[in-house]
Amino acid sequence: MTAILEVADLTVSFETESGTVSAVDHVSLDLAPGEIVGVVGESGCGKSVTAMSLAGLLPHSARVTGSVRLRGTELIGAPEASLRRVRGKELAYVFQEPMTSLNPVLTVGRQIGEVLQVHERLSRRQARARAVELLSLVGIPSAARRVDNYPHQLSGGMRQRVMIAMAVACDPTVLVADEPTTALDVTVQAGILEVLRDLRDRLGTSILVITHDLGVIADIADRVVVMYAGRVVERAPVTSLFARPRHQYTHGLLNASPVPGRHAGTERLQEIPGLVPVLTTQPDACTFAERCPAADETCRGSAPPLAPIGEPDHLVACWHPVEVP
Amino acid sequence: MTVLTVPEAETNPSLTRRTRVFRRLRRNPLAVISFVVLAIAVAVALLAPWIAPHAVEDTDFGSIFSPPGTPGHLLGTDDLGRDVLSRIMYGARASLEVGLLAVLTALVIGVPLGLAAGYFRTLDAIIGRFTDLLLAFPFLILAVGLAAIRGASLGNAAVAIGIAQIPGVIRVIRSDTLRLKSLDFVAAAVVDGASDLWVLSRHILPNATSVILVQATVALPAAILGEAVLSFLGLGIQPPDPSLGTMLATAQQFAARAPWAATLPGLVIMILALTFNVFGDALRDALDPKGDR
Amino acid sequence: MARYLLTRAWHSALTLVLASVVVFLGIRALPGDPALALAGEDRSPEALAAIRAEYGLDRPVLVQFGHYVERMVQGDFGTSIRTGIPVSDMLRTALPVTIELSVLAIVIAAALGVGAGVVAAVRRGRPAEWAANFLALVGLSVPHFWLGLLAILYLSVATGLFPASGFVPFFEDPVGNLHHIILPALILGTGLAAIIMRQTRSAMLDSLSADYVRTAKAKGLSPRAVIGRHALRNSLIVVVTIVGLQLGGLISGAVVTEQIFGLPGFGKMTIDAVFQRDYPVIQAVVLLTATAYIVINFLVDLVYSLIDPRIRVAGDAA
Repeated sequence: MTAILEVADLTVSFETESGTVSAVDHVSLDLAPGEIVGVVGESGCGKSVTAMSLAGLLPHSARVTGSVRLRGTELIGAPEASLRRVRGKELAYVFQEPMTSLNPVLTVGRQIGEVLQVHERLSRRQARARAVELLSLVGIPSAARRVDNYPHQLSGGMRQRVMIAMAVACDPTVLVADEPTTALDVTVQAGILEVLRDLRDRLGTSILVITHDLGVIADIADRVVVMYAGRVVERAPVTSLFARPRHQYTHGLLNASPVPGRHAGTERLQEIPGLVPVLTTQPDACTFAERCPAADETCRGSAPPLAPIGEPDHLVACWHPVEVP
Repeated sequence: MTVLTVPEAETNPSLTRRTRVFRRLRRNPLAVISFVVLAIAVAVALLAPWIAPHAVEDTDFGSIFSPPGTPGHLLGTDDLGRDVLSRIMYGARASLEVGLLAVLTALVIGVPLGLAAGYFRTLDAIIGRFTDLLLAFPFLILAVGLAAIRGASLGNAAVAIGIAQIPGVIRVIRSDTLRLKSLDFVAAAVVDGASDLWVLSRHILPNATSVILVQATVALPAAILGEAVLSFLGLGIQPPDPSLGTMLATAQQFAARAPWAATLPGLVIMILALTFNVFGDALRDALDPKGDR
Repeated sequence: MARYLLTRAWHSALTLVLASVVVFLGIRALPGDPALALAGEDRSPEALAAIRAEYGLDRPVLVQFGHYVERMVQGDFGTSIRTGIPVSDMLRTALPVTIELSVLAIVIAAALGVGAGVVAAVRRGRPAEWAANFLALVGLSVPHFWLGLLAILYLSVATGLFPASGFVPFFEDPVGNLHHIILPALILGTGLAAIIMRQTRSAMLDSLSADYVRTAKAKGLSPRAVIGRHALRNSLIVVVTIVGLQLGGLISGAVVTEQIFGLPGFGKMTIDAVFQRDYPVIQAVVLLTATAYIVINFLVDLVYSLIDPRIRVAGDAA
């Protein structure tokens, strides 16, 4: 299987008053056609920054290095004009907060149609007609009426469906869903995940789901990337990760949340003692050492590489991986 | 597994906040420059009777319309041969006087009303209508009305400007009171059975000081400009008392003969208002909690 | 929307009534006999008696007020005690000048202010922002009548490009009219432009960092569409209300500007009336200004509710 999206050594740092802060540190991941990959971690672990950097959506103060290849085309350092042709067409986003992520003064039909007008050169009338189709595709009842609604007239779940309709309007190769269900009720969450899965099945869209919710991962992802303090600490197929987590952090996460897989809506990953370290560069240590029960001098002296651990496609960055029972 | 880093609570937030505001102001070159200019302007205005080279009413018909640079008259003389520099010093003094009077009027009336509107729901609607009513009378029209009833004077100009600034004061104090009222420590005081007056004077007013201060720095330059306008039109300070506005009114008639007389007082008004505005902006930025990162 | 507008209409009506009471009481606050003040030069007992009868000054205050409201509603503002011309006739010639001046000033201010505000927000931290911020501060701090004096001194008198004073009605000579009014309108507009610029800038900074702008960028829209369609549209809703609230400042500014450029408008009429103690004119001027302020702000609220869908259409899901 050839990857459709390949991220290699992606590093993002921000210049601030108190010096350079590194948010993402040599992150590598890939996405195959029709695959759903989950990126999981606590808030501030760099997962959203990773997502935003893929299509160059970070503010100018961010320094991004490494490589992001979409169907073989390099996006890092690509001119703004060609990135614009990629955004919304090849690589589309669904954001967390559908209340604030939709423009309050434009109808949802207009906001969906906009993408089609830009990328597919549709007329305003054609775009509107297509918007109605898209709204029914994501399961919005009486789409022909809803198309002229403003965001404040819709419920949270419907707004998130509008976000998805907007993202899939041009049939993108890759969909990046950044915390797509966080702001929603548990019952509504299930519906949204169903829509995403359905899109993958019907259109073959590859989806990168960014979340802090292991329940979402268990529900939808094929493979999982676990991030901690800007680095990938473990990467594995979903079943293998939940059955045999190898990194001490992943292990802690799974212990901290109730039975994963059973639908988990509200648990957040707050149960591991300690705080995520401030993201200043610390190249010569495992970033989790401070909170790790198994940490020793090796962990504080050098950073573990992300390496295979015996099982197919299971990688971990840990000097003292959890023993498999 | 142990809990490692827990951020320590600040011991005295108000004290550290004050030092932080001062530090931010000191680091902002615009704030420092505008503060220095303001200090000089205030000093000159206060000391005008002692440092002005001539008395304001000294006429010298032998040398009317002397250009700037004339010996003894650094900035020249006007149509009656009076020293322009001396009159500008006294004029700036009058500007600041009216400005302070106006802003004090606005604060004395506006702050209690703003506190009441934000704190007592029942009064909010009534004070809101009062604000609407005041807004309907622009300061110049108010000044016209006052001048018609009581005659034009420095005091009336200050009152007209002050009244016109009340709605602005009410608005910002009201919204700050609403914000403070929702904070825990105020709610705790209310639960403890503190009287409304106690809560307002001990908890809300002290915390609203920074907002009042910023509003005052916004209102002052506006009041200075207002005084100049009213005096220019003859609705404020009356000749022969020196005022930058009346100087410009006189200079207008002789502008072709003595353009400097029509230029300099206006420049002084602008510099006064500009430095107040720049300092006000810097102060607002320094006090902005969003900058506390 | 109906509910919002009803509240606004009720508030406006209430303010209008209060304002007319204030003006009514203002005339009665005059020292001495109001009839003397209203009579002007002619203080013969017959004239005073006529005034008392006309204004109903010998009747109870409430009756007087009713009488006064009735006359105002009919557009009868009395007669100038200096010229003997009905105040309504004076207004008929003066108001068009002031309205033209103000509308032109608002157009200039909106164009300059919104343009500079957008540039300052988009070019954050660049020289363009510094320049726009500095110009706005100067615009806020400069005495406009002085700017007018300088313009006359250095533009009109020195170059002869613009007339220093005077006015030609638009329908007699449109070009001459614009020639006379463009400089005063520009001067009057600078202060408002500064305020609009600062409001636009801060509203734009808010909306540019909003999530929906990030969404717009993620859709692959051009910067032009992101800024114009998404950020600016939201910012302008805020700015519209500001313009209404600045009307008072604009009226004050118009009075001074007319005085300097010798435009025969409402402002000049006002100032002349004060110095001639022409009380019927002053009363009309004050009342009319307050009414204009209240009515126009109600219209601004109306426009605001039309352009903001959050008010225009109520939510039916949520």
